[in-house]
Order: sequence, then C-alpha cells, then structure tokens
Amino acid sequence: MKKRFLGFALPWIVGIAGLVLPIQIGTRAHAQGRGQATAAAPAYRAPRTADGKPDLNGIWQAVNEANWDIQPHAAGFGRVGALGAADATPPGLGIVDGGEIPYLPAALAKKRENFEKRLSLDPEIKCYLPGVPRAMYQGRPYQIIQSTNVIMMVFEFAGAVRTINMDKPNEAPADSWMGWSNGRWEGETLVVDSTGFNDQSWFDRAGNFHSDALHVVERFTATSADHLNYEVTIEDKNVFSRPWKLSMPLYRRKERNAQVMEFKCVEFAEELLYGHLRKQPTK
Amino acid sequence: MSRRILVSTSTVAIAVVVVVAMILPAAAQAPASNAKAPAAKKWTMPRTPDGQPDLQGYWTNSSYVPMERANGVTKEFYTPEEAAAAAQRAREKDEEQATPGTTADVHYDHTQFGLDRSQSDLIQDLRTSLIYDPTTGRLPPITAEAQKRQAERSASRAMLGGTNDAVQNMSFSSRCYFMGGAVPLLSATNYNTNYRIVQNARYVMILTEMIHDVRIIPLDGRPHLPKGVQQWFGDSRGRWEGDTLVVETTNFSEKNPFRGLASASMRLTERFTRVSDEMIKYTFTVEDETTWAQPWAAAVPLKQTPGPLFEHACHEGNYSVGNILAGARLDEQRAAEEAAGKGRK
Repeated sequence: MKKRFLGFALPWIVGIAGLVLPIQIGTRAHAQGRGQATAAAPAYRAPRTADGKPDLNGIWQAVNEANWDIQPHAAGFGRVGALGAADATPPGLGIVDGGEIPYLPAALAKKRENFEKRLSLDPEIKCYLPGVPRAMYQGRPYQIIQSTNVIMMVFEFAGAVRTINMDKPNEAPADSWMGWSNGRWEGETLVVDSTGFNDQSWFDRAGNFHSDALHVVERFTATSADHLNYEVTIEDKNVFSRPWKLSMPLYRRKERNAQVMEFKCVEFAEELLYGHLRKQPTK
Repeated sequence: MSRRILVSTSTVAIAVVVVVAMILPAAAQAPASNAKAPAAKKWTMPRTPDGQPDLQGYWTNSSYVPMERANGVTKEFYTPEEAAAAAQRAREKDEEQATPGTTADVHYDHTQFGLDRSQSDLIQDLRTSLIYDPTTGRLPPITAEAQKRQAERSASRAMLGGTNDAVQNMSFSSRCYFMGGAVPLLSATNYNTNYRIVQNARYVMILTEMIHDVRIIPLDGRPHLPKGVQQWFGDSRGRWEGDTLVVETTNFSEKNPFRGLASASMRLTERFTRVSDEMIKYTFTVEDETTWAQPWAAAVPLKQTPGPLFEHACHEGNYSVGNILAGARLDEQRAAEEAAGKGRK
C-alpha cells in the first residue's frame, strides 16, 4: 500500500525536491549522531548520468569498525585466541545515531546470546550472504552500477548482489538474504526502500540481529566527488521498540583501475562447516 | 509471477511440448537466412541514453541444441522437422533421469518439479550443435600436453580418495561454487538458465541466476589483472566494435579448467549483438594452444524471458553436502560394526 502511494507521489516528490531539499539537509545535519564525520551540507551537486540523474557509479567502501559492532565500543578481545592482537576488536565510535539500539527485552537477551556464541553463529564466518545493511559497511568494496530502470550493487564478499528496482515499485516475490529493493530519486538523494528479508543475517560480529519483519530505508547523497553520505532507518517490530538510524560516510576507492575482485568464500568456510564429517583414516 | 514457476505440472508440460512441436516449424529459421515475415517494420536497434546498443533485460539460453554435434549428423542446420524430432529425443532423455526406481529418480524428478528444459523458456534453434567452428561441430582434438595434464589431474584427484570422503572431493556445483553458465554463458543446468544484463556508459554487468554469479565488465580499455592473479571466472574486459559488445577474458583459475581440459592461460572472446527485441546473437571463441591445436567457437542464442531473477542462495541452504557426508560416515560405521560382529563369531 505504502509503496503504491510512493509510486503515485513520486512525480510530486521529484517536482518539489528542489524546494524541500535544503530543509531536509538542515534537518538531517541536526539529527547527525555523535562521531559522524560528514554532515550533508553544504549542498553538493553530483555529476549527471546520460539520463540526467545524480551519478553515483563507482566502487565504494565504508571505513569504520561497524562490522565488529555497530554500537560505540572500546577495544576488546577477539574471537579466536590463537590470532591474538590480529583478531582483537578494534575500538569504534559506532554508526548508530544516539548509540543505543531500542531492543525489545526478549530480543536484547537474544542479542547477548548471539554475542556469546558469535564464533559459531555469525553468518559472516560461514560465508553466508551478508544481508542489508551489513553488506554496506562490512569494510569491503562494492560497486554501484547505475542504469535507468535499475541500479545494481555488487559486493566483494560472497559475490553478493542487490538489485534496486527504479521502475514502478513492486513487492518481494519471496524472502531473501539481500532483500527486495525499490528505489527512487529525491533530488540529489537516492532513496532505497527494502523489505522481503529473511531472519538469518546479522548487523555485525557482535550479534546485533533482526527478524523477517525488517524494513530498511537507505538514503545515499553525494557530498563530494569521492564521498557519499549514507543514512539508514531500521524498522522491525518483532525486535525493536521503535525505528532507529545508522549513518556514516562512504568513500570512493580511488586506486587506478580499482575493481571489485572475486571473493567466492565458500571454499574458505567448507572445512569449518563440514570438516567434522571428513572420513577418518582407518587404523 | 514468473512464467517458469507457474508452469509446473506434468500435464502442462505435455501441453507445452505439443505447442512447441507445433510452433517450431513456423517460428524457427536458420540464423543465416533473412526469411522473416514480410512487410515487417524495419527493426531499429534499441539504444541506451549513452547511445550504446541496449542489451539490458532478462535473458535465457535454455536449448536442446547439444554442445557437440551428435554422431552420424553431418550438417550444420536441421530442417524444422528434424529439429523438432531432435528436441523430442533430447526431452525424452531428460525424462529418463526420472525413471522410477533409479537413483536419478530419488535425486530429482525434473518433470514433476518443472526443472526440465521443456518447461523453461526454450529457444528454437536449427543448429545441430552449439559449436560451429570447427565445421565438424565438435571440439578439436586435445594436444599431447593437454593429455598429459589430464592424466596428472586424474592422478591427483585419485590421491584425494572417494567423492564422499571429504567436502573438498565433491563437485563444485554440489558445493555451490557455480553451476556453470556464467563464463561463458553456457548453461550446464536444465533449469533457471536465466541472466540479467545491466549496462551504463562504462560497465556491463551480467548476473547469472544460478549462485547469483555476477560479472562486471569494464569498457574503459584498462589492462587485465596482473598475470599471476587467477579468478574462478577470470577477468573480463569489454569494448564496442560497431554494435557488437566484445568481451575478452583471461586470468582463469587452474582450479576450474573449462570443459575439464583447459589451462589457466585460456583466453575467451565473447560477442553480443542484439538482433531483435527478443534475441541477442551470442558467440564465444576459446583459445588455448596448450590444450587445443586450434581455436574453437560456439553460438548460444539468448532469448528474452520474463523476470525477475530470484536470489539463488545455494551455499546458505546447502544441506545436501552435509547430509551426503554424514550418510557416508554412517555407512562406514555400520560396515565396521558388521565386520566386527562377524569377527566375533
């Protein structure tokens, strides 16, 4: 219902975007969480694609410690003792606006349990698709490939793919790891509305999680030739008492001829997953 | 929703085959001939806002045309009647996999679950083989060096033990690495042989539905990855030659030899030309002097098909590998117990 309304309202939104944008930017800058480096103002106008849209093409990457824990955290022990300092949790200011995640009581207990059992439960360790928004700040590169009716996001980790439908919004035909995304332009900002998630992915290595009621709204706004301001609103009535927000800058990978290389990670997780079923040498 | 899901009962399957058999003579035409319906409006190449030929959309390469020409067939194209008969024979062969009481039947009933090709968006093609060069329609003979390499590969595989001894001994498709069909676009499966092409001025992206395998092809003339860097799907670079997208791929992994034969120095050249709203002419050429004395080439038409592509999270739901290994260990345990029991008697 809501999506259909948005589809109907889109021409209006685009039409008045020029008017509304400065106000939105002001509001967002005000709502920025602690430690967030980039406010969206002053307004930057991105170069345009052949069809006149802001050009967000490129290889992007978050540079923060959120994949370890999206909340503010001090340095801590890692998950694998044998790896010593190399696996120790790096300290980070977090990406959650206000720092707190509004878990329902039972969900908070589950988050703590996830943390205790993270070495056996974290889907990242098993090379499972990272889900959204985790894929966006996993600390690995991904490429935005922008066309007229669709925007692809292709991730290094597990070769994950997001397809952002820029046509008339439509509904997920089935639940999936990477969700079902409808996008629209609001002036300089790409707004992506995603549902249709399964309940399998996590937000980070600290066990922050969601259910299949997850609803993610992302806003991508170029703030310079090499930076995007990335803001996310998370809703999940089964897990959180109210919507909450993430925000961070995304950085362009500037290396000459940068490319998203292959990281087909099943190979690296198989011994972990199936090694106990290996035939034992006969005595 | 997607046509391929709706077509799921064997009754419908039979109806589809009848329809296909009826349509085939009328719809099929030799790719070389221009015998299209008269008075049709001249077709114009669809273009992107950048002016490139527009290859975007959902495509399938599902077909009954075999990679190599069947023994006894000497011509390059069938008549429509012969093509229909060949497709019927291939379809019957697909169904054989589901003969009750066979191992294949336990594994998958392709017909019942809509997984056989006759229930997909099948391409009508009069070719007797996908390979058109050499003109025999068959792979060229492999070199002595390739034969030696083959023997060495077989020997090292044998050293690893049985297929079900460890996950590392199982096939790449069982382990959800890839199902074939991404590089080149040559489906190894009977179902979900679907692709999505998205392009802009600087890149072409090809998403293969199976395993969500994705290729990003830069068009800016950049060099390939350094020589020693090997990837399962190699490293692709594209360019436009007139209205044809030409993609050259190198840096293949020796862990994944193409056709089980090639070396890591294989070069693949693919050509995509949109020839109508419904079809892309797609050909590829394989060059690997250490394996085949001459280059060889195949034509695999791509036909427009309804979307969307589904997320094929294969590894995430891969219960079969664990269950097969666990079953094999259980068998061994039982055999050992039986042997011990006999020993006591």
